[in-house]
Amino acid sequence: MNEEKKYQVAIIDYEMGNMFSVDHACKYVGLNSIITEDKDVIMNSDAAILPGVGAFGNCMANLNKLDLVSPIKDFVASGKPFLGICLGLQLLFTESEEFGLSRGLDLIQGKVVRFPSENTVGKKLKVPQVGWNHIYENKQNENHWGNSILKDTTSKEFMYFVHSYYVKPDNDNDILTLTNYEGIEYCSGVKKNNITAFQFHPEKSGHEGIKIYKNWVTEIKNFKEN
Amino acid sequence: MNHRVIARLDIKGPNLVKGIHLEGLRVMGKPEEFASYYNEAGADELLYMDVVASLYDRNSLKDIITRTAKEIFIPLTVGGGLRSIEDITEVLRYGADKVSLNTAAIKNPEIIRQASEAFGSSTIVIAIEAIKQNDGKYLCYTDNGREYTGIDAFEWAEKAQDLGAGELIVTSVDKEGTGEGFDIELTRKISDAVRIPVIAHGGPGKLEHFEEIIREGNADAVTVASMIHYDYVSKNKSQGEFKGEGNVTFINSGKEFGKINKAEIMDIKKYLSEKGIDCRYINE
Repeated sequence: MNEEKKYQVAIIDYEMGNMFSVDHACKYVGLNSIITEDKDVIMNSDAAILPGVGAFGNCMANLNKLDLVSPIKDFVASGKPFLGICLGLQLLFTESEEFGLSRGLDLIQGKVVRFPSENTVGKKLKVPQVGWNHIYENKQNENHWGNSILKDTTSKEFMYFVHSYYVKPDNDNDILTLTNYEGIEYCSGVKKNNITAFQFHPEKSGHEGIKIYKNWVTEIKNFKEN
Repeated sequence: MNHRVIARLDIKGPNLVKGIHLEGLRVMGKPEEFASYYNEAGADELLYMDVVASLYDRNSLKDIITRTAKEIFIPLTVGGGLRSIEDITEVLRYGADKVSLNTAAIKNPEIIRQASEAFGSSTIVIAIEAIKQNDGKYLCYTDNGREYTGIDAFEWAEKAQDLGAGELIVTSVDKEGTGEGFDIELTRKISDAVRIPVIAHGGPGKLEHFEEIIREGNADAVTVASMIHYDYVSKNKSQGEFKGEGNVTFINSGKEFGKINKAEIMDIKKYLSEKGIDCRYINE
């Protein structure tokens, strides 16, 4: 039996969108992943992933309806590795401007804003951004990268993105990666203590994305054994 | 913007097929083998289109999606014959990341809104199959360009966007499989009218066609089928005899198709990159 299988990962299911590609990637790197909305299963896992596509407001409503807000906050407070992907990154923030103002989980301070319809030189922006784009380091905090699960990823590597909104952290130190879409530079990844979260989809970013999952397995292992 | 080069695989039963004007299907091989090769070769996404969409035999498609999704970690869009929210749920469960709808959306536009609310806009791709009429209009067709709808392609594109589509795949049935190049007018008019990404499909036979459809047609992404399939087949001839659905004479004969230049996905990206068009290409 594969040694890594002993690490159980809860993929938090709040009935929004497609969790299967995340599940496939976890299993591919040897994790015992479970798609679940059960609080006890989440709390008893070695790590958790908050995935998600769709609208911020609907997702928060579902998290509330399924009574998952406290379990997520408790899990993060436990110090175990926690990964947010796409909308799962945005939900960690204080608030989103989608459909008026929606409150988020407020685990990372800042807000979620929409791409404008034009860039600064008046060119029409296609929104959502769909496709591959570079991620690169936040110059003010360069050692973040090497201490994160991106440590084997080259700066300017391509990752796969699908999104209409992006995050603006209040604290520059939370920024792990930046990306530029048609002249708009934005935060595409955050790291704060045990939280790592990406706007892009590592599970859809080919071998380079799988490398990130593999490093996350190491982070889970290190946390569990120390 | 990095323009995507999407490998399109038309599927009939267990086989990858390729036609002209979406008809006269030739069997090319096993879709998963092509998909795996295109993934390694730098495809930005994969698009599986079930061109027969038999309601009776979804098992082949299910197996193909499942096998692909477990091994290949780039986006996979699946289309063809998806009629309902239940059908969409099912192919997402097998491992597709996005679904492409044509007939179902034309018959019931509300399905776009329902599906985008349930799965997120970015999961819902609307396929527009257009044929240019004698009066210059472009009208939408369904069922691989066979069924007339009378719906104006440009009006439909905007309506699909407003209902919540995340992307549009625009097919020129006239150009599909011909190697004559994409339909620039069709693609440009749609791309300029909408705010969501537009994927051009149908017609490329040489590298110049890709530059043309991005620069002049304002395509945000392109799909390619024949050029890369013929290239793959020419390099992997020992796949054995093909039987079953579709015309197998071509693949068993080992002949090539004269109107279409063979190309690797990286040949296309290298060409675009040299022409100053951004794409996921790492010059090593």
